[in-house]
Amino acid sequence: MHNISFRRRFVNFLGIGAIVGATLVVLMPLFLIMGTVIYRGIGSITWAFFTRIPQPVGETGGGMANAIVGTAMIMGVAALIGIPLGVGSGIYLAEYGRNASGNIVRFTADVLNGIPSIVIGITVYALVVLIQHHFSLLAGGIALGIMMIPTVCRTTEEVLLMVPQSVREAALGLGIPQWRTTLSVVVPSAASGIITSIMLACARVAGETAPLLFTAFGNQFWNLKLNQPTAALPLQIFAYAISPYEEWHRMAWAGALVLILSIMATVILVRFATSRGMLKGAH
Amino acid sequence: MDPGIRVQELNAWFGGTQALHDIGLEIPSRQVTAIIGPSGCGKSTFVRCLNRMHETLPNATVKGKVTISGLDIYGKGVSPVTVRRRIGMVFQKPNPFPTMSIYDNVAAGLKLNGFSNRRQLDEVVQRSLEGAALWDEVKDIMKKKSGASLSGGQQQRLCIARALAIEPEIMLMDEPASALDPISTSKIEDLIFQLKQQFTIVIVTHNMQQAARVADLTGFFLMGKLIELDKTEKMFTNPSDKRTEDYITGRFG
Amino acid sequence: MRAQIKLPVKQDSAPAGAESPSSNGTGAAADKPLSLVPAAFKIKFQTKNNAFADGTFRTLVILCALSVMVIVGLIAFELVRQSHLSMAKFGFKFLSTSIWDPVAENFGALPAIYGTLVSSLLALVLAVPLSLGTALFITEICPRRLRGILSLLVELLAAIPSVIYGLWGIFFLAPLLRTEGQPFLARYFGWTGLFEGPKYGIGMLAAGIILAIMILPIITSISREVMLAVPRQQREAALALGATRWEVLRIAVLRNARAGIFGAIILGLGRAIGETMAVTMVIGNRPEIARSLFAPGYTLASMIANEFSEATSDMHLSALVEVGLVLFAITLIVNAIAQFMIWSITRGMPARNIA
Repeated sequence: MHNISFRRRFVNFLGIGAIVGATLVVLMPLFLIMGTVIYRGIGSITWAFFTRIPQPVGETGGGMANAIVGTAMIMGVAALIGIPLGVGSGIYLAEYGRNASGNIVRFTADVLNGIPSIVIGITVYALVVLIQHHFSLLAGGIALGIMMIPTVCRTTEEVLLMVPQSVREAALGLGIPQWRTTLSVVVPSAASGIITSIMLACARVAGETAPLLFTAFGNQFWNLKLNQPTAALPLQIFAYAISPYEEWHRMAWAGALVLILSIMATVILVRFATSRGMLKGAH
Repeated sequence: MDPGIRVQELNAWFGGTQALHDIGLEIPSRQVTAIIGPSGCGKSTFVRCLNRMHETLPNATVKGKVTISGLDIYGKGVSPVTVRRRIGMVFQKPNPFPTMSIYDNVAAGLKLNGFSNRRQLDEVVQRSLEGAALWDEVKDIMKKKSGASLSGGQQQRLCIARALAIEPEIMLMDEPASALDPISTSKIEDLIFQLKQQFTIVIVTHNMQQAARVADLTGFFLMGKLIELDKTEKMFTNPSDKRTEDYITGRFG
Repeated sequence: MRAQIKLPVKQDSAPAGAESPSSNGTGAAADKPLSLVPAAFKIKFQTKNNAFADGTFRTLVILCALSVMVIVGLIAFELVRQSHLSMAKFGFKFLSTSIWDPVAENFGALPAIYGTLVSSLLALVLAVPLSLGTALFITEICPRRLRGILSLLVELLAAIPSVIYGLWGIFFLAPLLRTEGQPFLARYFGWTGLFEGPKYGIGMLAAGIILAIMILPIITSISREVMLAVPRQQREAALALGATRWEVLRIAVLRNARAGIFGAIILGLGRAIGETMAVTMVIGNRPEIARSLFAPGYTLASMIANEFSEATSDMHLSALVEVGLVLFAITLIVNAIAQFMIWSITRGMPARNIA
């Protein structure tokens, strides 16, 4: 070691130190944000929060029940659109798309993944809201569903490609038609990977606000109808956060806590299950 | 009905590279025909052409005539799926379906084609496992354990059972023992001996002793061409082509 | 065609054949009563038109794949269609003028374009060194056991919804900047002209910081993947030459991974440009171009988020959609560049969609 110059040792020390420091700085916001959300939100988590709808300004004791149910319903619609189209196009890419047209679809999916969510919001506004003549749960679900497609598609492709070619050959060699081979042999072998990707995609879009602004729009009251404006947790948090009322700020933090915990629980659960081999992409 | 195979002017390509040149031969029914040759000579490609598996690979194409029971399997309107149901195939590496139990692996060919009579399925599975000399080893665990939990040799016999279950007339084996230990290999060879009473068997092997042990006829491939096909005995003692002799003596002696 | 397909039917329908094992003419199944599968079933499953089922399935998944292209096409089409009013009136002046006046129906998007670029670049300046440091730490330095945890924490940072970043920005970051950060910057760096003027907390600086935090995960995880792809031998070669640990990272890892790292950075830029909610909540939303980072600003995305549902005139709506079109075009170009860079080194297996 003694023939390494002092300058090089010093630079090495600085460089490694900077890397460790950078990692600590990157982790700081996570803990700061989590800490703040828990600290400021926990006090307002009451039974009423989950069972009541928002109260007018000045009255206390309201909740976000309608927004929680709204988010669940919007996610339901989104899943109905995003999962079949995402998994279907993922199957296309893995089983039929090893060619130029597959590359075009692949590139388009990556483009869709990069389109800002607010732009998707405008498009769904123009295509659904303008035609229905009002904001609606359906429009919100469509917007989020579109956002799910590229993520589900690309990860489905990835896990299907991990299924060995020999498994496909075995099935084809038995005279099982291609579609049956794909659906009953290949997809089940990759099922856990596909489920993982779907859950992560859901967790990702569940917190989206921008595409809901002019689709689901928000609602202070209950709505369970597909063609009516609907409250959603992120929308409600946004509305409360930018309001001037102290009481509403507290509700925003409580909403944030519920939202962040459900999303993180999903992510951690999926990752934990993946690492334990309960859910894994095929062999 | 004679489930022998007649091959005429068979050519196969991978993209721009020709893997088989003008192959013509006849494979008699209920005998074992071995295909030998150095690696890359096209022997695997050849058997994969016999049940239209070759064309499942990207950019792979075939031209020619393969006639089974009077039907050209490359003829117009013949579905490759139908062809593969008549012709079972065992691959080089054991490839049981990873998510299925042993039982489901054997039943897969029938089940996935919509056959669902439980009682008959049970019988088919038992008969196929017996046919593959695996029944005694797995009969108690076959519904609980996955196919992947078996040893390599058992997995290969499972794959044979799986192919038997669809009741083919012809069985293609692409180096079925090359990934196995000597004991498993000899079990597979015994099995081939029994199976030839009911099936026409084509086996690809890089192991000439194996060909000598199991085959009635042996064909020698070199660089995508069939050099000669004759009785195994003759091939190994007195081949008519110089190249066959070179290959055989080079390996044996 | 049908007649040709039915060839494989075995002769096991004739029970008499089963009694005579030596008869050669009746086929394999007849010799031994092996066939347990009823002939009727075999006929059905052998003549059923598989080509049809295969074709149907193929068509179905192709339709799914086409839906992706149709959606992207529709987005582009609708943006153009709905913004024609504004395009016809303002033409290219829309991109180069800075008056945004809904009352007078006079619209120029320059302040929003400026704000988008400045906030995103500020985010990159802050995030790139931190992300690369973290990626290096995870791949090269930290003990194997810590890797999983660190990657998970980075993934969790990506999972926090934008609106919660905004909430935190309004109530935690902005006050902190107002009382601590901005006075400090003004005192020591005020001479640059970038840090002067009233200290609201909320403004371009706050937006840049929030954006930086939000793009940390994507840059980190993609550069990490790229760094993992650098072959072991490269590092060993550098080590064998007597390089220090830092020199190994600099010479072997960073240099070999630079194309991919550049792609990761551009992808992060794309994210920052399109990010909406958090920015809308902390940037101040004023369509002005100011030199100081303390001043409030506007971005393309926050302009839409803020005004779209309140816009009453057709021209205002159309102008906002055109803002969306500009945003779409910018992110399209940026992402295409990033994908291209990442594709070029990972051979057509583009980086996973992480955040």
